[in-house]
Amino acid sequence: MANLKAIRTRITSVKSTRQITSAMKMVSAAKLRKAQDKIVRLRPYANKLHEILVGLSQSLADSEVENVYGRQPKSSPEKILLVVITSNRGLCGAFNTNVIKEARRVISEKYPDQHNNGNLLLMTIGKKGYDYFKKTKINMLPEQNNLLHDLTFDNVAEVAEQVMKSFVASEFDRIEIIYNQFKNAAVQNLTNELFLPVEIAAPGKVKTTPVDYIYEPDQEAIIKELIPKSLKIQFYKSILDSFVAEHGARMTAMHKATDNATGMIRDLTLQYNKARQTTITNQILEVVSGAEALRG
Amino acid sequence: MKIEIITPEKKAFEGDIKSVRVPGKKGSFQVLKDHAPIISTLDSGSVIIVDLEGNEKIFEISGGVIEVKANKIILLADSVK
Repeated sequence: MANLKAIRTRITSVKSTRQITSAMKMVSAAKLRKAQDKIVRLRPYANKLHEILVGLSQSLADSEVENVYGRQPKSSPEKILLVVITSNRGLCGAFNTNVIKEARRVISEKYPDQHNNGNLLLMTIGKKGYDYFKKTKINMLPEQNNLLHDLTFDNVAEVAEQVMKSFVASEFDRIEIIYNQFKNAAVQNLTNELFLPVEIAAPGKVKTTPVDYIYEPDQEAIIKELIPKSLKIQFYKSILDSFVAEHGARMTAMHKATDNATGMIRDLTLQYNKARQTTITNQILEVVSGAEALRG
Repeated sequence: MKIEIITPEKKAFEGDIKSVRVPGKKGSFQVLKDHAPIISTLDSGSVIIVDLEGNEKIFEISGGVIEVKANKIILLADSVK
């Protein structure tokens, strides 16, 4: 049986670990709330923009609008860009591993030829993904880890614009985003989303009552201006989603760690008490038998 | 007449107003009560709102789009100062 002092030290150390994990859980819960608020605030903007875009494309269904963001490659796409969104920090369970695994799977199963020809590039948002992929032989664009430090629409829009520009300039034929989509605090949906090329939103089933709008300057110009806007929103939403999912994952991971620590402390305390009892029993036995011997 | 000014990050303004002047792509224009339905893209510039008491409120936007329909105005701005 382990000696008393050793057990006592272990209990103390597990207790302080539990304190840390439960504090981290609280912090993540607070950050999760804040990040979720951001998504909620984004929603009205995104919905309205989409509504206007769909309404416009309905009234424009016949005429062909030249769409620089909709360029479909003639044969199979040659040059690929994968945007991999992870977190900057660890201790969030399988959050980052899942994204990295999915990225590797996409590379080796979907685009092996492009990868072998060196036509597959990665852009990582988040330090964890960057640290992993810089050790591999995959070509990478400069990382964008700072985005997660200061997650504002303006900052994200800047990066999104760079990406869109490189698509228009034919540097890439296809751009995909791999990230964790937030479902609830415990569940993330691993998502692989096509970012570009994009098609003008197909008319939905819900027909908005046609209103005779005045368009200024004209429908085509408006559409052309709104598509990049909606792309930026999509990019922003992906990062925000991943950010929220990260805090959800960390909260769950820390919650489990706290639970485990509590269980461990219970077991250790039991062990400690047993050991203590044995020692006392032994001592009493010694005293009693010593007394017996004296009386003898 | 109701107006909502929305950015991707927050709702900058919501309320009843008398009129609003916006920097349209083809030139600045004013929307008063019972304006015809219009969708227009906006340049960067100031959005000037006159509320029911006649006070002016100014928002600097960096581009966006406005929709006016049945005395309801929705202004999607890229960013608001």
